[in-house]
Amino acid sequence: MAKVLILAEQRDGKLKKTSFELIQFCAKSGHETHVALLGDGVAGLANELGAQGAKVVHLAEAPELAMYTAEAYCKVLVELAKSLSPGFFFAAHTPTGREAMALVAQELEAGYASDCTSLQFQGDNLTARRPLYAGKAIAEVEFLGTGTRVLTVRANALGASAATAQTPQVQKLSVNLAGLKTKGLSVVKGATARPDVTEAAIVISGGRSLKSADGFKILEELADTVGAAVGASRAAVDAGFRPHRDQVGQTGKVVSPSLYIACGISGAIQHLAGMRTSKCIVAINTDPEAPIFQVADYGVVADLFQLVPALTQEFKKLKEH
Amino acid sequence: MNIYVCVKQVPDTETKIKILPDKSGIDLSGVKWILSPYDEFAIEEALRLKEKNAGSTVTVVSVGPERAKEAIRTALAMGADNGILVDAPEGADGALAAKAAAGAIKKEPQVDIIFTGKEAIDDGAAQFSQFLAKNLNYPCVTVVLGIEYGPGKVQCRREVEGGAVEMVEATLPAVLAAQKGLNEPRYASLPNIMKAKKKEIKTYSQADVGVSASDQKVRLKNFELPPPKQAGKKIAGDIATQAKELARLLREEAKVI
Repeated sequence: MAKVLILAEQRDGKLKKTSFELIQFCAKSGHETHVALLGDGVAGLANELGAQGAKVVHLAEAPELAMYTAEAYCKVLVELAKSLSPGFFFAAHTPTGREAMALVAQELEAGYASDCTSLQFQGDNLTARRPLYAGKAIAEVEFLGTGTRVLTVRANALGASAATAQTPQVQKLSVNLAGLKTKGLSVVKGATARPDVTEAAIVISGGRSLKSADGFKILEELADTVGAAVGASRAAVDAGFRPHRDQVGQTGKVVSPSLYIACGISGAIQHLAGMRTSKCIVAINTDPEAPIFQVADYGVVADLFQLVPALTQEFKKLKEH
Repeated sequence: MNIYVCVKQVPDTETKIKILPDKSGIDLSGVKWILSPYDEFAIEEALRLKEKNAGSTVTVVSVGPERAKEAIRTALAMGADNGILVDAPEGADGALAAKAAAGAIKKEPQVDIIFTGKEAIDDGAAQFSQFLAKNLNYPCVTVVLGIEYGPGKVQCRREVEGGAVEMVEATLPAVLAAQKGLNEPRYASLPNIMKAKKKEIKTYSQADVGVSASDQKVRLKNFELPPPKQAGKKIAGDIATQAKELARLLREEAKVI
């Protein structure tokens, strides 16, 4: 079977869960699983990758890789892909993965499928499917050429697969990063310790009926009981209650968490497009006719200002047991 | 400065998507077409840069069928100076579109900077800017929230996970992909709308810009609508009962808490 290569994405020395999903998926499908690990002082992460099923970890360390830039990553990854010639090269569809991998694909003149939500291997045949129109349609990506195929995969799309832990071979890459046109200067951390809406396993979103930025506090309290991210509808963002980075929908983020709780969101088509692939959807709304109830697994017709604090107490009780 | 903006025409976000019987794509009849929303931030940034640098021109480039001229006209009505369309069929992929746009831009005398939207909202692939940059051998920064212009270079604020921001410096010319929040796009003025209607849009064939069907790297097929959701459970009772029952179902039935 073909070799596969996976970019193991790390930020501040912490590996991304989506990278683990990819490694487990490829290892379980029986492919020789190679992983690229880039950074400065990240060699210690190799064993964590082996624990997910990585056979070989290709390690690139350099001061220029301490902070991600697309150009430096592309240079290292293209060189590795050219020497390894994997059948497939995967990464998570994150701000890092989706920027760098399109550059990699173009330089390799490879076919590229970004933001895939379903992958199925049959031997070396891969069926990759991706959403269009923010999830209002789904299509299969047919690769027209030969050679390496480059794909990015949405967080939570594959889920965990049981793969056998390995003690990985670590191969150090010689890195030549002369002549770069971009330079990473600094990373300014976000004000919140909550996870990103695109990566969180649980997302709790609010609409304009939260009435103010302060109104979102009850959602934040609920979110913090279960380590959830807080999202918002376009109406709430346009009203200035939340920053655009929290917006879920066709002109915001598209998410597929295991649990999505929509509070006071009516369910405009452009919002549904951004969250309908969530595995379990809860809708809380005073209007029993709100379209959000048509996609909800559990619907609660109630005033969110009463229900959400009550739910926070219930989640706290569950945590204690 | 010679400033370029690449734009894409896409179905309106309220479009109800229907799949063709042979599953080869979506039914385009009755679709209302708009300029992809993120492209508006790219155009606005180009216009602001032009206003700060006397004698600059803003040229808008799109790759697509004849209908895409409307997206170019929207940009002209906002204040862009010139429009270029590379004629390409429905279903052309990002690789072909980027090579075509690069081919058209290479015909122009000089390039200082190129803006795009961070993604088009039809395929949401977020790939065109990087493909374009590689075709032209320029650096590329995507999901840009703010730009400081310096001599021969830019410093960009780039949005990443959890509200964090990366500061990235790139030499010019560069391709910068705009995120919402970069600026507040202006509305087209009536005189500009009238002027835009009369402006000639330069049109190239694929052959003019050195592109052929073999530049296409992927094709989408077997289109489907997302599986319909089963009717969910409504949880009745007073607030305390509803909250307790919801928490129980999420733990015991859905197993997501």
